[in-house]
Amino acid sequence: MTAALATPALATDGLSVNFGALLATQNVSLDLPAGARHALIGPNGAGKTTLINLLTGLLRPSGGEIRLHGATITHASPAERVRRGLVRTFQINSLFPALTPLESVTLAVCERRGLTRSWLSRLSRRTDAIDEALALLDRLGLGPDAERPTRELAYGRQRLVEIALALACEPRVLLLDEPAAGVPARESAELFEVIAGLPRDLAILFIEHDMDLVFRFADRITVLVGGQVLCHGTPAEIAENPEVRRVYLGSSGHG
Amino acid sequence: MVSLPAESPQASDHASRGRPVTRLERRSRWRWHEILFWLAVASCPLVVPDDLVLASQVLIAGLFALSLDLLLGYGGIVSLGHAAFFGVGAYAAGLLARHGWGEPISGLLLSGALAGLLGFALSFIIVRVRGIALLMVTLGVSLVLHEAAVKGYAVTGGDDGLQGIVLDPLLGLFPMDMWGRTAFGYSLAVAFAGFLLARRLVSSPFGLALQGMRENGRRMAAIGAPLRRHSALIYTVSAALAGVAGALLTQTTEFVSVEVLGFQRSAEVLIMLILGGAGHLYGAFIGAAVFMIVRDQLAAANPEYWFFWLGLMLVLVVLFARGGIIGGIATIAAHFRKGGSR
Amino acid sequence: MMVSLGNVLFNGLAYGMLLFVISVGLSVTMGLMGFANLAHGAFAMLGGYVATTLMNRAGVPFLLTLPIAFVAVAAASFVLERVLYRRLYRAGELDQVLLTIGLVFMAVAGATYVWGPGQQPVRMPDYLTGQWTVAGIDIGVYRLFLILVGIAVTAALVLGIERTRFGAMIRAAVDNPRMAQGCGINVNRVFSLTFMAGSGLAGLGGAVGINLIGLDPGFPIKFMVYFLIVVAVGGLGSIKGSLIAALLLGVFDVGGKYYVPEVGAFIIYAVMVSLLLWRPAGLFGRR
Repeated sequence: MTAALATPALATDGLSVNFGALLATQNVSLDLPAGARHALIGPNGAGKTTLINLLTGLLRPSGGEIRLHGATITHASPAERVRRGLVRTFQINSLFPALTPLESVTLAVCERRGLTRSWLSRLSRRTDAIDEALALLDRLGLGPDAERPTRELAYGRQRLVEIALALACEPRVLLLDEPAAGVPARESAELFEVIAGLPRDLAILFIEHDMDLVFRFADRITVLVGGQVLCHGTPAEIAENPEVRRVYLGSSGHG
Repeated sequence: MVSLPAESPQASDHASRGRPVTRLERRSRWRWHEILFWLAVASCPLVVPDDLVLASQVLIAGLFALSLDLLLGYGGIVSLGHAAFFGVGAYAAGLLARHGWGEPISGLLLSGALAGLLGFALSFIIVRVRGIALLMVTLGVSLVLHEAAVKGYAVTGGDDGLQGIVLDPLLGLFPMDMWGRTAFGYSLAVAFAGFLLARRLVSSPFGLALQGMRENGRRMAAIGAPLRRHSALIYTVSAALAGVAGALLTQTTEFVSVEVLGFQRSAEVLIMLILGGAGHLYGAFIGAAVFMIVRDQLAAANPEYWFFWLGLMLVLVVLFARGGIIGGIATIAAHFRKGGSR
Repeated sequence: MMVSLGNVLFNGLAYGMLLFVISVGLSVTMGLMGFANLAHGAFAMLGGYVATTLMNRAGVPFLLTLPIAFVAVAAASFVLERVLYRRLYRAGELDQVLLTIGLVFMAVAGATYVWGPGQQPVRMPDYLTGQWTVAGIDIGVYRLFLILVGIAVTAALVLGIERTRFGAMIRAAVDNPRMAQGCGINVNRVFSLTFMAGSGLAGLGGAVGINLIGLDPGFPIKFMVYFLIVVAVGGLGSIKGSLIAALLLGVFDVGGKYYVPEVGAFIIYAVMVSLLLWRPAGLFGRR
């Protein structure tokens, strides 16, 4: 047994949170090994985004534990988690509308490297940071749009900027909250090709409603219903699971 | 013709970079209209020798508006009480000079530092609130200081203002003169230095982070930005610059009125900045110039009318010209550029 | 000479009730639309000028000027809301602040132009000028009247909001505008009407309070902070909060002026700042 297998990239243990009497997340335990492509599915209101908010520290859990590479981060600040390599994207675009993708990604690079402490040096001298941002944008096919204001970009391109911003933080675990939300079907497949092409050692947890995409890109799936884990499994196991078919997929199978 | 430090190293970088220079990198270079702007300001003693007092006032107000531009135009942090820092700088400079510290430049720097310290301290309580509570807290802090100045008669002179301020000659050579030549030169030098500092700040990595905070604070947290640290820094710098502007007013007029802390001053600086255009640095000076020149013309005739036109101007700018004067110029310039390339 | 605590309390309550009547509309509209309206005091001022003009030039009795001031100011606010405010509901606070500061400046200049820069003289009717002494406390009839007006307004608001269908709509809209809209409530219309009523109350307060807080063109600026304190400290959209904050402010302001005049409004502002740091949403604001 290798060390990488022994220590998951991201693990939760009995994670719970409640809003008043509503138990939004109950006793959720997850394991993501390095390099995982893990899908989180479930009907609307199942608590998928709530779980992401718990993982990133936007919400405080009422119980349970979160570990990143074996270290407990249950009570770390959101920024601290990012610095340790746990990074997310948002279901609804949360970008810097007036900045260009180059500026946005350069900003994320600078924050990661601690360069933003400097207020008397020129950004234009930080060619290394700008080079890194340009390379990342090129890799995602955003090169041609790098210097247009983000708000002028097509929606699908903006979704890519979401991912670029997260990647600029050099994540070891990436949480994608419906990365293709609102993107036309053909483009969303392209978007997932980009995601599939991300470095192999990066662990990815993604929420997605399109079951074709889920079964194509995930190596493991967790089904969440009413804030609880219904089951974990490989795509094949999930597709065969009668309970999942009944509760979530409906009797007609996936699609 | 004009060779500026920023340009040559960038040009030489180009080859080693192996890619075209991005607009992001070019943005911090000096442009010809910037040089023209400062040349025009510097030529005031030749062009309008009789209005140097007004010109100094414009520069001081412009520096004050510039300090707010860093906070609001770049950082997106609204303040209804920015006069707090201006006033603290003004009183500090006045009290120093009154109590024997007559050397102007060190007095100016000390006053700015004191205002900066206040800004630093306040930044920690101000990051806790947002929205309307933020407006009320910033307003409240300036009102507290204003009340303290009004009631602290023994120290501040209360409503009568602080009098008996005597300064040493500037650099030991130039006393303040009746025509305001020394005052103008001094104000110009300080305003330009403040501008250089602000310009450097906004083109630094931190300046980019500041714009990120303005555009989307939530995303900034999600990319791991230390937001508390960022707001503490910008509050300190902005407050120090405002304090320097206030100190400059004291030193050039040799008087401090309690108005330096008033709500009206906080409102006016906001108006100047919005009128000129926030988030461009130059908007601060252009807004201050237009504001003060128009007031000089209108208020002399009838102060009530001035208030009416000021209010109307504000309503129109908010409804129809959100970018202010600079925004308007930029739109027109972009239009012509497009037309030209076609 | 030391003023008795009873007198301070009585005068403070009267002043506080007046502040409540003027500010409560601002609280509800700020809670409803999140609109930072610094021009609320201008509506109060307008109510005052309507009342004094009617009394001094047309001889209308004082009590009759009050409903007229309410209606006139409500009508004026309706026009402003439709023409100006409405455009900025979705804008940030900064734009709202700037627009309403602009309106304040225009109102100040306009009032100076029409009514002159000085204080408006008013003569209260005889039945409101007397004074009784009860248990060592001087009960001014006029101040008692202010308190009664405040109680009547509170009762009307509580009944109106708790018991009527329109009140239920306001509560729903304050609670969650999007949800209310989804339930078929026309939030815009609810807001329009609430804004009118709130501004009308400010006009009523401006008219009824002239004898206590005066009336001159500087009114909207002079009292802006007080109205905002009531709203911010009480908690946006909370009538109970506004009432308590206004009464506290009234009592402490009057008490401060009697007992520690050298400190002035300093304490009030300092308390407001610390309170907001402790509870950014105010005493009774939901967070």
